[in-house]
Amino acid sequence: MLMLSRVAENLYWVARYIERAEDTARLVNVTSHLMLDMPERQPLGWSAMIDITGGAEAFERLYDERTDHNVVQFLCADRHNPGSILSALALARENLRTTRDVVPREVWEGVNQLYMTACSQAECGLGPSCLDLFLGQVINGCQTLTGLVEGTLSHGEPRTFMLLGQQVERADMTTRIIDVRSGNLLPRNDDEILPFVHLQWMSVLKSLTAYQMYRQHVRLRVCAVDVLTFLLQDPHLPRSVARSVRDLSDALQDLPRHERALAAATRIRADVAEADVSALVSSPEALSAFIDEVQVGLGRLHDAIALTYFPSIHALGEVEPINVAQA
Amino acid sequence: MSQVDWQSYRCHDFHDELMAAPGKPRDAARMLCDALAGFDADELAERKAAAEVAIRTMGITFTVYSEGSMIDRAWPFDIVPRIIPADEWRRTEAGLKQRVEALNLFIDDLYHDQKVVKDGVLPAEVLAQSVNFRPQCVGVSPPHGTWAHICGSDLVRGDDGTLYVLEDNLRIPSGVSYMLENRNVTKRVLPELFASGHILPVDDYVPQLYDMLAGLSPRYWDDPQVVVLTPGIYNSAYYEHAYLAQQMGVQLVQGSDLVVGDDDVVYMRTIQGLTRVDVIYRRIDDDFLDPEAFRKDSTLGVPGLMRAWRRGTVALANAPGAGVADDKVVYTFVPELIRYYLDQDALLPNVPSYLCMNEGDRHYVQEHLDELVIKPANESGGYGMLIGPHASQAERAEFSRRIESDPRNYMAQPMLKLSTTPTLFEGRPQPRHVDLRPFILSGQDDAYVTTGGLTRVALVEGSLVVNSSQGGGSKDTWIVEMGES
Repeated sequence: MLMLSRVAENLYWVARYIERAEDTARLVNVTSHLMLDMPERQPLGWSAMIDITGGAEAFERLYDERTDHNVVQFLCADRHNPGSILSALALARENLRTTRDVVPREVWEGVNQLYMTACSQAECGLGPSCLDLFLGQVINGCQTLTGLVEGTLSHGEPRTFMLLGQQVERADMTTRIIDVRSGNLLPRNDDEILPFVHLQWMSVLKSLTAYQMYRQHVRLRVCAVDVLTFLLQDPHLPRSVARSVRDLSDALQDLPRHERALAAATRIRADVAEADVSALVSSPEALSAFIDEVQVGLGRLHDAIALTYFPSIHALGEVEPINVAQA
Repeated sequence: MSQVDWQSYRCHDFHDELMAAPGKPRDAARMLCDALAGFDADELAERKAAAEVAIRTMGITFTVYSEGSMIDRAWPFDIVPRIIPADEWRRTEAGLKQRVEALNLFIDDLYHDQKVVKDGVLPAEVLAQSVNFRPQCVGVSPPHGTWAHICGSDLVRGDDGTLYVLEDNLRIPSGVSYMLENRNVTKRVLPELFASGHILPVDDYVPQLYDMLAGLSPRYWDDPQVVVLTPGIYNSAYYEHAYLAQQMGVQLVQGSDLVVGDDDVVYMRTIQGLTRVDVIYRRIDDDFLDPEAFRKDSTLGVPGLMRAWRRGTVALANAPGAGVADDKVVYTFVPELIRYYLDQDALLPNVPSYLCMNEGDRHYVQEHLDELVIKPANESGGYGMLIGPHASQAERAEFSRRIESDPRNYMAQPMLKLSTTPTLFEGRPQPRHVDLRPFILSGQDDAYVTTGGLTRVALVEGSLVVNSSQGGGSKDTWIVEMGES
């Protein structure tokens, strides 16, 4: 049976929002652990977290100060922040509501349950002791959903669109983490030695659950150039940018009319593969410019997917060639 | 432990569907009543629980709006089926086909020559004041001249044992999915009773529906693209829309999934691009179907759909404008319409009715408000009615005023003594009032009538309101073949 554009778009966003909820939870989790290790004279603000999630503007509108409490609330439970964990879960649920017949019933029930649990947990407050539990539940719940989809949804177009959403979001989040976390970890000049840098690079790896994999594959002391190479270019790490975009490209091959989206993905893959990481590490500006380029590429990729497959708001005739499938 | 004791079942002065007298089941119900009497209380409770589990796991729900949020409620169901002997059903079926055939001829006439008005059978003012007459449909000739492809007629049995037609739903009648699911649940709960082979199957409906819809396709030479058009998840019948689409193996679409091109052809947006649609089983009211032709503020519909339909590039079931015959005042003329179009006497009687537009009737109605049920011409779902005997003085006075100011919009019927059927409460069968909604499909060939239909039951003791939105439930309906055994 033909797949409706609306259904494809909903499933794509379901997967994106689930991935967003999970990634945000991981990020908050690792940051809260890292803060416990930092000495008082070297305060690591929660501030960077706002920038990673791209929520600075929304935050300024809602809060006066970047206090720990405000930032945690904003990232986890604030329904006015479209990027918060609860908002992401709510949006995943709303997108699935109209398309739940397409996926196994357990997926709908799982999304529903995760959302309800997270809401009631958040209502009880997110103080230091509760935060761990909340984040753990979100991460577990999202992983369960990903596993359910992986293990029960037939290989076919619905699954492909979920995979596209998941990988676009994952690649986007990985680049955001690299961008914000590395910027202030890279030395401005060669003499400058920043304390606790080692610890912080570890936290970058951990926020992507990549620390153990790094140790296995790189086997070196954690250092900037290796970490960045690993996160950008490693072909095996599920959350490296290269791997995400590769999985996504493979999936696109199964869809009709994939040329435009595949071209956008291929361009990102080439940019990432050709990046000179040691040069990037020596210049925060160069790194930042490079990350921007990858993010623009991801945006272009999303636009290509949306333009090709999702319902167009344009009237008929304004859209590109009318492809009337006639049996 | 108490068992089901039919001796103590009292149906007072109503006709009961299963019991002829206390302790004496009707012939067609004997097998069932004996089986129920053979269960002990625990077993009966287990069967009832099994039905509840089945309904939950099968996910049979209907949607209610409450305090601004949407709730999926489990379908209220009673395990004791309602039984009709097959020979009675065959007569009923013939009567329903006759009725729908005449109604389709009537609708087609109204949108063409209006001979029925010119010949003085239907008063011109009835047509003039019909809110469901759509000028946009005048002159259109849908495939096979059929307008009401899917009709749901409500039947009730009076205390004389006769089945009467209470109303015909020709717009977007719902409930058929529950009829099918009720059978699935009952088969799980009372499997041993189906082994006899006397209970006629109901599951031919979906293939019949698909064939009828496919037969409307303007591109008859090609594999037709049939879709079900739903207003969306917030509609109370969304479950049914999804169910029928899934069972037929066709797309369930919303208005925004469809687009009408400059070529007046309807397309749906798929990941392959735009794909032509041939037949739309629409579950959206006329008013919301096409903002270009009807309500401009509709966001549920498809701009240009009427254009495409008038050009004949797409078929709509039911056709827009079919509701003109689904008006409670037009209803009172149906026996005459059958005589006029088919030159036959109606096989199924109407409930006796008073038309407030006739002065004599109006005076009678206003003087007997406490004995009558007053219905507005164009409401459905049991809304906007006055049940005279249960109403307050103030409510009756209010209705009297409304009738006075808009007589064409009201008709009245005597308070029917609706039949009852045994329904389980606290482990005992108790009489509850029921109606029956069979569905009639009309396409190119012979019409098809469901085997039985959806039996709706008023769960509250003494209540006559069977609508699921107002505390009604339902039960399986068995058409039982009598004979050799």
